[in-house]
Order: sequence, then structure tokens, then C-alpha cells
Amino acid sequence: MYDRVKISTGLLVVVLLVLIPFFYNNDASKAAPELTMPTNAKACVLPRAEMRAKHMQLLNTWRDEVVRKGDSRPVLVDGKEYPKSLQLNCMECHTSKVNFCDKCHNYSSVRPYCWDCHLAPVE
Amino acid sequence: MDQKRRNFLKVAGISTLAGLGATTGLGRLFEGAKPALADNATPAHAADNSGVKAKRYGMLIDARKFREDPSLGEKVVRACHQVHNVPEFPEKRDEIKWIWMTHFENAFPEQPTLYPDHATETAQLPILCNHCDKPPCVRVCPTQATFRSADGIVVMDFHRCIGCRFCMAACPYGSRSFNWRDPRPFIDESTKNKDFPTRTRGVVEKCNFCAERLREGKLPACVEACGDTKAIVFGDLNDPTSELRQMLKQNHTVQRNPSLGTHPSVFYIV
Repeated sequence: MYDRVKISTGLLVVVLLVLIPFFYNNDASKAAPELTMPTNAKACVLPRAEMRAKHMQLLNTWRDEVVRKGDSRPVLVDGKEYPKSLQLNCMECHTSKVNFCDKCHNYSSVRPYCWDCHLAPVE
Repeated sequence: MDQKRRNFLKVAGISTLAGLGATTGLGRLFEGAKPALADNATPAHAADNSGVKAKRYGMLIDARKFREDPSLGEKVVRACHQVHNVPEFPEKRDEIKWIWMTHFENAFPEQPTLYPDHATETAQLPILCNHCDKPPCVRVCPTQATFRSADGIVVMDFHRCIGCRFCMAACPYGSRSFNWRDPRPFIDESTKNKDFPTRTRGVVEKCNFCAERLREGKLPACVEACGDTKAIVFGDLNDPTSELRQMLKQNHTVQRNPSLGTHPSVFYIV
């Protein structure tokens, strides 16, 4: 094989480049984040598993219903009324954006733009 | 390879059939892609108890009252801008306006007078989005971020605005402002309304007739700020018994630039 040294150095560099993200994320790839659950409420508008998987779709549905269809009737769950609002409903129980929203969003590296406009509770 | 016409047609025919088959197959595949939230996954709605119900909201502004009390205008503007977290930029060119005071000649350019009387020349009157019946801004919006709701309010869905500013070019009343800069640092912390969102850079905004307050059965902030002076009367234009319609019947009123055919919902007693 000609240019053995050059080729193997090149290969080594490529392999290192490919592995950079793994070294870089060494610290971040730890166990799933522990969330601070609200103390003032036991139940959410949907069961926990569904909220975890579908809260973003639910928020989008609520947004479209309230903003576009003008349907701002609160949702009724187990006899309790919840207004369809992130700022005025969700954050009433989940009082900390840092300890609730951000934890999972940072962990899964998603950047929802909710808070560019909506005001998070003061912490 | 020697391609005979006969062979080519055969291959083309078979490929077309295969293509048709593939599309139907794909269609079947996507049938599974239903709306993300099935009906049973959305929590049920509570009983309908929303406050005011109307078909076309409108407003009557009595400019005489604003002439009598020059401090009223500032009060009205401040009330609106605080409720909606409207930023105050130091530079005029960045200004965001939902409702503001202006002179007669700017508000009614179609009614010029060579020799205006003193009051008309000096006094100011409030102007805001006219919530037109035929809104040009809605026609031009490419994302339907601005649209006319069922109760006649021309609303903005800030989630959808891409900041193209077609609506600003289309609006003949200059009722729309663009966020050239991030508005957040320019909102007064002490008067910030925690219940209403702010906007981001690159979004157009304007008066929303306090749609969020009407939902709670409250009057718009500017109407509330006028107290019982009746300087601004708000109500349903489609309801002949409403106070607004009664006032319109009793007074000579004008609309801004009526010849444009936008049919404003805001009326003025000048």
C-alpha cells in the first residue's frame, strides 16, 4: 500500500471527527431528568403518559380553538374547569418553567418558541 | 443500446401503471396519519358560558370629549398599551402603536379644509385599527395570520405571522406596526401585564379590539379608561337595540376614508 502513513493518519482524523459528538456529549447523556411536580394539584387535563407524549399537540389544538375559532370555552375534566391557556392555566400548577418545561426540553434538545412571546412565571 | 419505439412504449406503459399503483399504495399508507389528537384524547368542553355574544363589534369615538379633556387621550393610549404589553422604543422609527392620538387632517385626509377652525386644527383624536368589514390586510396576508373572526374583529394570530409586512402596505389607515427590534427589553416591568403575551422581533401587531377581554365579558381597555364620559362607546353594530346603534342614530358620524370601500367598524363624532 502506497502512502500508508498519510492514509492511516487521515483515517484516524476522520474517525476522531466522527466521534467528537460522543466525547462532547459525555456529560449530557445521563439519566432522564427528574421533574418537580406541582404540589397544588394531583391531576392534569389528561393522564400523565398522554400529557408527556402529546402536550404539544394539545397546546396547538387549544391555540387554534381559542385564537382562530374563537372558542374559548374551558375544558371540563372531572368536574373541574380548565381555561385553554398555557400562560393562565398550565403555569398555574407548573409554577416553574426552569424545573419543569426546560428540564425535558433541554434533555431532548428541543427549542419550543412558546416563551419568545408568552411570559413565564417569575422565578 | 438500440431502443425501439415499440419497446419504449411498453416500458412507459408499464411504468405508468406501476406509478398509479404506487400512489394508491402510498395513499393507503397515509390513511393512518390522522390528526395528532383523536377526539377522545381532547378533554371535553365545559358548558358554554362565554359572556358577550355579538356579530359585528364596533366603536363610536366622540372627538368632542377628547377636545374637552386633553388628558383623556393619553389615559386611553396608556391603558391600551399597558394591557397589551406594547413596548416603548426610544426612537420614533421603531414605534409600536395600537391606539394613538393624531390631528384631524391625518385621520380624515378625505375631508380637507382650506381654512379649518381652531379646534379642528389643534385638537387631537384617537385612531386605531378600524376592524373593517372588508379588510385589505386580511386579503393580502399570505399565511392567514390576520383574519376576520366570527364577531367581526380583525385578529392577528402572532404564531403565524412571518413578518412579510404585506398587511402594513395594504392597510390604508397605517394601523399596523412592525417589531423591528426585540420588544421585550422595552416593556416597562412595573406595568407589564402578566396575563398577556409579548411579541417577538419580526412580527406585525395592531389593535385587537381587546378580543381577550371580551372573552371574559369585559369591555376594551380604552373604553374602560374613558370611565363614564362616554367618549368611546363599544357594542354590536348588528344589534339595533345596542347603545352603539342608538348613539349612531342620534348623531352625525363619519368613518375614516369611506371611499376606499373598506367599511370601517369605528365611527367618529367630529
